[in-house]
Amino acid sequence: MILRNEIVMLEVTTDWYLTLAAILFSIGFIGMMIRKNALIMFMCIELMLNAVNLTFISASKHFGQVDGQVFVFFVLVVAAAEVVVGLAIIVSIFRKQSSASVDVLNVSRG
Amino acid sequence: MVEALLFFAPASLIIIGALIVIFAKNPVHNAMGLVMTLVSLAIIYITLNATFVAMVQMLVYAGAVMTLFLFVIMMIGVDKKEQTTDSIKGQTFLVSGVFLILISLLAYVAISSDFKWDLWFPPVEFDAEGTPQLIAGALFTEWIFPFEIISLLLIVATAAAIALAYDTKKRNSNA
Repeated sequence: MILRNEIVMLEVTTDWYLTLAAILFSIGFIGMMIRKNALIMFMCIELMLNAVNLTFISASKHFGQVDGQVFVFFVLVVAAAEVVVGLAIIVSIFRKQSSASVDVLNVSRG
Repeated sequence: MVEALLFFAPASLIIIGALIVIFAKNPVHNAMGLVMTLVSLAIIYITLNATFVAMVQMLVYAGAVMTLFLFVIMMIGVDKKEQTTDSIKGQTFLVSGVFLILISLLAYVAISSDFKWDLWFPPVEFDAEGTPQLIAGALFTEWIFPFEIISLLLIVATAAAIALAYDTKKRNSNA
């Protein structure tokens, strides 16, 4: 009977969203560490940024304030700018080295 | 019950998509996994009353950023084999070890506190929907200065991308 009650009362609290964001961030971090393709590493950065966005949105809902959503908006813009510059760098590196692997990058002059 | 379903369905899709991103071999598959994660996140944002952010997420992330990724994959080529040898001996093993320690610490803290993290305040009862009107009200009054800086950043990023991707040598030899 108690179990049945608990199932009915299954309520999605802020903690669940935070846990999901932590898992997403961890997956992004693992990918960042185990992959060597610069493009895939970029996608992992996107995963981590999205995990942080999720915490902002859930906190915004938790506290009933709109500031968290405004901040997510800023993060989105910065992420877009970062992707534009990062991908341009990857393309220009690819032109020189004909590889997108981060392990072959051992010179910093152009 | 519906609420829980609306959490678990997108949440599982998010995790599956993220795993595809880090484990798939073909870069196009990685990009598609990322699209899956981003769209499911937009669904979660809608359930969290952040309608405007969900729409921006779909347009900017799942639309523009992913198109950019696919363009670059197209230029670089998908058939390039990723080199798997470690440049530092055992670096993957070392990283996995450090990561496991960090994650087990996190899991320990989460489990020992019974997943009830101290959020200082109880959740508020009233929740306003994050419409464009509400966001704009905060954005153009309280956050106007960061907004201006962000617009400057976008211009700089655009100029930098053009400067970086411009192939001077090729252009000169063609002319």
